[in-house]
Amino acid sequence: MKLSQLLDRDGFTLMNAVGDRDVTGGICGDLLSWVMARGKRGMAWVTVQTHMNVVAVASLHEFSCVILADGCVMDEEALRKAETEGVAIVSAAHPAYAICGILHDMGV
Amino acid sequence: MDDRFFVHREEYPITAGDFSAAGDASARIKYVLRKLGIDSALVRRAAIAAYESEINMVIHSAGGTLTLTVDRDTIRLLARDRGPGIPDIDLAMQEGYSTATEAIRELGFGAGMGLPNMRRCSDRFTIRSSPGGTVIDMEFTIGKESG
Ligand SMILES: Nc1ncnc2c1ncn2[C@@H]1O[C@H](COP(=O)(O)OP(=O)(O)OP(=O)(O)O)[C@@H](O)[C@H]1O
Ligand SMILES: [Mg+2]
Repeated sequence: MKLSQLLDRDGFTLMNAVGDRDVTGGICGDLLSWVMARGKRGMAWVTVQTHMNVVAVASLHEFSCVILADGCVMDEEALRKAETEGVAIVSAAHPAYAICGILHDMGV
Repeated sequence: MDDRFFVHREEYPITAGDFSAAGDASARIKYVLRKLGIDSALVRRAAIAAYESEINMVIHSAGGTLTLTVDRDTIRLLARDRGPGIPDIDLAMQEGYSTATEAIRELGFGAGMGLPNMRRCSDRFTIRSSPGGTVIDMEFTIGKESG
């Protein structure tokens, strides 16, 4: 699935200026070292954590995007950092459970 | 004479409590290893280990340094901090063990996975600790991934 296909759905907003990319898997969780241990390149990471270290983890793993559940937003500094690192930050107006369902239905 | 070909050495200071800079050293390490043409699966393992050690120094220590050394066949990451040390290393190495405070846990740290992640990612892992500081020495064998 392309990230742009997800952004075409209701309630998904790209928060920073990054290019389109393939979403090749998914991971859901708010414990950073847990995600660090299990993450793989290209994954979409669904979380409610919004601070700078989320960007660090996503960047090290080269995740395709971070999807912030429940309408969570990230501060400007972290968004800019994510942009520099090429990490797409998506704010979603859905709970994590629903986001994972949508990703799954879309073939991720 | 040492027949190992010296390639690269860099040292990064890690400041206690500086969450916004946490991840910078590991991002740099990842960049450097890539530039040196190291296999991407190995770069990934080393970067994860670097990140976990960096973040542990930020959260649990009074600060320290992370040193990257790369020669022809080994990547070495040496994390040294200025205390307060780990009283029971066997306990700290267990998955799920964490002394992180509630405030720290709310940020998503404190799963007690950092040290186990470091051990899992590295090819050689040693840790020693005293109240004066903790030293974690990790080595990664270059060339293993490709066979
Ligand atoms: N550099 C250090 N100095 C002092 N204590 C440390 C240090 N590194 C780890 N510890 C101790 O070891 C425990 C386990 O560390 P570990 O990295 O596995 O988990 P954590 O940091 O608590 O949580 P996580 O890494 O999953 O976010 C820590 O909670 C802390 O008590
Ligand atoms: Mg840790």
